[in-house]
Order: sequence, then C-alpha cells, then structure tokens
Amino acid sequence: MPNMSLKKVKMPEQDPQVRNKNFDEVSLGYTCEQAMEEATRCLNCKHQPCKKGCPVGVPIPEFIAEVAQGHFDEAYEIITRENALPAICGRVCPQENQCEGQCVRGIKGESVGIGRLERFVADYHREHGVKKEATIEKNGKKVAIVGSGPAGMTCAGELAKKGYEVTVFEALHKTGGVLSYGIPEFRLPKDLVQQEVDGVAALGVDFKTNVVVGRSITIDELQEQGYQAIFVGSGAGLPRFQGIEGENLNGVYAANEFLTRVNLMKGYQFPHHPTPVKIAETVCVIGAGNVAMDAARTAKRLGAENVYIVYRRGEDEIPAREEEVHHAKEEGIIFKLLTNPVKIEGEDGWVKSMECVEMELGEPDESGRRRPVVKEGSNFTIETGTVIVSIGQSPNPLIRQTTPGLDTQKWGGIIVDEETMKTSKEGVYAGGDVVTGAATVILAMGAGKKAAQAIDEALKD
Amino acid sequence: MYKILRKETLNDVVELMEVHAPYVARKCEPGQFIILRVGEDGERIPLTIADFDREKETITIIYQIVGYSTKELSKLNEGDELTDFVGPLGEPTKLHQHKHVVGVAGGVGSAPLYPQLRALAQMGVEVDVIIGGREAQYVLLEKEFRKFCKNVYITTDDGSLGEKGFVTTKLAQLIEMGEKIDEVIAIGPVPMMKAVVSVTKPLNIKTSVSLNPIMIDGTGMCGCCRVSVDGKIKFACVDGPDFDGLQVDFDELIARQRMFKDEEHHVSENANRMCNLMGGVK
Repeated sequence: MPNMSLKKVKMPEQDPQVRNKNFDEVSLGYTCEQAMEEATRCLNCKHQPCKKGCPVGVPIPEFIAEVAQGHFDEAYEIITRENALPAICGRVCPQENQCEGQCVRGIKGESVGIGRLERFVADYHREHGVKKEATIEKNGKKVAIVGSGPAGMTCAGELAKKGYEVTVFEALHKTGGVLSYGIPEFRLPKDLVQQEVDGVAALGVDFKTNVVVGRSITIDELQEQGYQAIFVGSGAGLPRFQGIEGENLNGVYAANEFLTRVNLMKGYQFPHHPTPVKIAETVCVIGAGNVAMDAARTAKRLGAENVYIVYRRGEDEIPAREEEVHHAKEEGIIFKLLTNPVKIEGEDGWVKSMECVEMELGEPDESGRRRPVVKEGSNFTIETGTVIVSIGQSPNPLIRQTTPGLDTQKWGGIIVDEETMKTSKEGVYAGGDVVTGAATVILAMGAGKKAAQAIDEALKD
Repeated sequence: MYKILRKETLNDVVELMEVHAPYVARKCEPGQFIILRVGEDGERIPLTIADFDREKETITIIYQIVGYSTKELSKLNEGDELTDFVGPLGEPTKLHQHKHVVGVAGGVGSAPLYPQLRALAQMGVEVDVIIGGREAQYVLLEKEFRKFCKNVYITTDDGSLGEKGFVTTKLAQLIEMGEKIDEVIAIGPVPMMKAVVSVTKPLNIKTSVSLNPIMIDGTGMCGCCRVSVDGKIKFACVDGPDFDGLQVDFDELIARQRMFKDEEHHVSENANRMCNLMGGVK
C-alpha cells in the first residue's frame, strides 16, 4: 500500500537566517529513513511518465522501488546506468519541469521527491558505496572533448566506458565548467563536483587543463593529431549586457564575473584566497534565472544588507527553478518584479543608483510569455552600489571563429542534427549550451550522451 | 606544471622568466598574452608574451612586481614550476606592411612591444622606437631593440639616461621635424597611452595600443575586461588586447583599473601579517 501523504517528506535545510551568512550547502539531504518513507509515495505507474520527462531517461520508478526497500546500492546501479552525475542532477535539475512535472502524484498534492531521492542515493553511495575498479578494454580509437562541463564530462564518460581513448581539453585551470565557476558552493559543493570528475577520470579519461581550443590548438589540428571524433561542449560563456548607460561603471559586474570570483577563485575566502570581490550594502541583480538567484544569494552571503532581484516580467514568468526562488525569498532576497532598469548612474566612476521603469504585461510574445510593456512616466530610482547583470550568455566565439566549415546560427550557436549532435563539419559533434544557448545541466548531459552514442555508431567496426 | 628555465632581474621591480609551455609556444604570435597562476589558490595573472621560442617550446614573460600575486611569482626561481600557464590568449597584432612605424614603450610596455616591432622589421618596415622610464634602470630592452630599430630614442623623467622628459615630448618632436609616420604602436601604463593618443589623434595618425584591464578567465567568459572602443563594449581578452587607440575611452579604463585598489592593499597587508604570525614559514 503506497504512502498517500500529499506532501513530500521534508528535506532538512539550514535555517534561512543562518545559511544566508555562510557558504555551506543549504539542503542537508534525506536520512535513510526519510528516503525510504518518501520512496513509498511512488505509485510505480505502468506508463512511467516521470521517465519520459527525464532528458537522460533514468528508470525512475525502478530505482525508487529499490530505495523503498533500503537497497541503496542497487538504486545507485540503476541510476548510473543512464546518468553518470546523479549527485549533481539531484541538486540542480529543474525537476518541476521534468520528471516531477510528469509525476501522477503531482495532480493532487506534491509529486514524489525524485530529485531528493536521486541526491540521496548518490550521496549514500559516495559515503558507503564500494568503488569498483573499472576493467575496460581499450579499442585504440582517440576522441577529443572540448570543455569539461556537464556535456563534455558525460560524453567523455560514456565513450570511455565503451573503450575509447578520451582526452578532455579544458580552458580553465579547473575542470567542471559551469559546475565549478558558475554554480555556488551552497547549492553544489565543489568537492562533490571534484569527485564526479575523479569518477570520470577513473574510467581512463585524460583531462588536460589550461588548453583553450581555438587558441592553444584548433579543431583541425586535433583532427590532424588523429582524434577520430571531436565533441564540442564549450558552453555559453560570453555574458550579455543590456546596452544601457553606465554598465561600465565600477560596481557593475556580469553575473559570470561575480560568480567566477566567488566560486572558482574562492573570493568569499578573501584575503586567504587573493582574488578579491567587492560588494556594496545594496545590490541589484538584473534578471531572474538560476544564475540571477545564485548571484543574489551569494551577494547576501558576502554581507549585503539589501539584495534586489530586478526583473521585467512577473512572478509566473520567472525562469529560475522553483526551489531557488523559494530559497532566495526565505533568505531575504527582495523581488522587484515588473521592473526594468533604464540607466545606471555613477559618481567618480562608481555606481550610485539605478533608474528603473515599471512594466505591465501585455499580449504573449514569441516565447509564449506575456510581453512586458513600459508604464510611461513610472520612472524611479534605487540607490545601489553594486549591479550584477544576469540577463543571459551567448556561446563563446573562439571555436566558431577558428573552425572553417562549422556552421553556426546567427546568434552564435553551433548547428547540429538533433538526433546525432553532428555538426556540418565531418567528425565534429557538439552539444550543451554551445548549441542551445544557456540552458540546464541535464539538457547538456543529455546532449553529451546522444553524441557519445552517435560517435560510437560512427566509429565502431 | 610549467617549468621556469631562466630567471633574470632586469631592475629593482622588473624580472624576466622563460617558461616551458609547449601549447603556447607552438601557436603564439606577437600581441598575444598568457595567464599564469602561482599555487593552488593563486590569482590568475595576465601577462603579454615578450618572446617565444618554438623549438625550445618556451615563452618569455617580463613582469613588474606590483602587488601580492606578482610578489608570489617573484619568489619562484629557475627550476621551480608554475601551477598554471595558459594561452596564447587574445588576437594577434595586425601587422601592416607600412613604410615607417614608431613604437612607444613605457616601463614594462617594452616587453609586449618588442615582438611586434621585431615582426614588423622582419617584414621590411622601417621601425623606430621611443623607450621611456622614470629613471635609467626602468628603460627596458634597449639592447634588444637596437638590433632591428633604425633609431632608438630614450627618455627618462630625471634625465639619467637619454633625454630628460616624456615619450610624448619626443614623439611630438619627431612629428614636428616632419617624420612621415604611418602608425604609432604605444604600449605602457594607461595614462602614457592616453597621452600618446593626445599627440597623434589631432593629426589622425593611426595608433595602436595594447590594453591591460583587470581580467579573470581571459577567454571571454567573465566580461570583467570590458572596455569602450568607439562607443561599443569590447572584451580585451577576446577582441583585443590591441585596439585602435584613437577610439579607446581611456578615462573609463583608468577608472575601471581602480576597482579593487583597496583590496589589493588589504591582501598584501594580510600576507605580511600572516607571514609575521607564522615566523616567515608559509
């Protein structure tokens, strides 16, 4: 008899007023008992709608059934057949739009806490699991992966398991891509990311940091060196700005810069780590995606008194994960919705205030969301010393500029066949944000996995 | 890891290192830069490439000891290794087949200017250089420039070497004397580059500058190094570091370089204090 509670078993969390002053992880994860209790809420539906909602096709009801019986190792085995990075996905996937969004239990009450259970299984394995020595027979075929973010790591792991000799080229000094420089410690602990990278390395994947493909070596040169297939997962790193007055004043950061200083360079431990990050008493974050939530919550933790999310649309249009918005509000982030900045004003080169206008929602636009329209004469000013621009990123141009024969969209994304992730250039595949524009970790992983299958098809005898 | 094969002291604040870095040395061109780190917690330090040797697979960097991180770098010696060394970054200099180019170097600006002028000289361009420094010891690479420059002019603030005065005075003088200059390449502290442009702009003399804004990743990801050129936002790391000096908003760049001035001081103070606390053991 399933557990018919309408609510998910609550996951323990740090108190909002405590955690908004530290960088430790917000959610503490289920205990074994809590996980088993939550697992019994799954109805084990025959048609498995949750699985269809998962971009990498994790057999969700099957792993949950194992959890319900306390068979955590078996559950781990089932998940990792399809998903190489469960500890990460359990934490950062937008489950409400994917597996949990399809869950039958969500029709009346809350869906099964699939993300929480996935996280539990991965964490349990990390603490208690037995590491198996991989015995993989190498097939002698070389594949190069560009970028060590979620797309590249997944593709690398899948191919290594099939026996390919995989080399991952990473531009930064640290592996993990956006998992390392973008997503903060309190949402995704960095030692966990490192363990996932180590797991992929243990499959025999060679990680080369400090190599910028497009500068240190080109795609054509990689092909000349005998890489029979190349997967480009270089992400969408190039920050966008609004193009309003005052964006180059001191105190204005692109979210990428702000988060990189804090996460990758450990600026929150300044001066013990020498890369500085500066924050004013009042901080305005422009945008309301996951990156904006990360930036706002990070600013709060660095000691900002007032942190505003300034977003031109309304509550229903907020693109961030539900949980992040909820956590941000709990931590005291103030949402200024239907508000659009028009000008940043400065004094002696430093930000002093930001002029905004109020917006109202009109007819739906091409994205299906209601278009925000300016309320004439509604201008007002927010006094602020820091502005963090978080309105999206475009694909990095280095690879498209240095790879003849690689077709790209007008906005810079690499064009691929969606089934095989093949690009217009022979032997070159691409996936993740460099193809879709800034999206999610799990979609990037799904693309990496598809590409690995296609590469294997193309190269196997 | 990236081994330091040679280290030289050029004056009391400037040093040179030749570093084994195969990926960079195979591909780099004049005008490009690298980013290095000292230690697992180190800052990413961008430095323009002063020279390269494709056969030995080495890169030469010349740096001025200005703050905490360059001090850490300076503690390393021949045989030691740098934790990270990535590049080549940025766009190579666009070298034009001009008749006559005048290079203007201020302080360590000599280092990035050197490979650019050498490449132009190899293309058959007539090359002159004006090297400036506060006093004699800060005039860098004079001997090296003499190998291929037709004229080497030196200015020092105190007159301890060459003519007393600024590089701009000398440049203005050359122009006044009727020298036909197709392009000026000015590299040095931002106020110096701004001053050079104030000489060349009224006469519409093509002027290239190499910018060194604050930077983190150096691959176009963080947006920290943005500069205004011709009213548009450019990223020095991927669009530069060379730009048309006549179009650069130097005042904005000078302001942006002050962003972390207080913190730089703080980290140095803290490092000294930590050092004292730990009796110099680190």
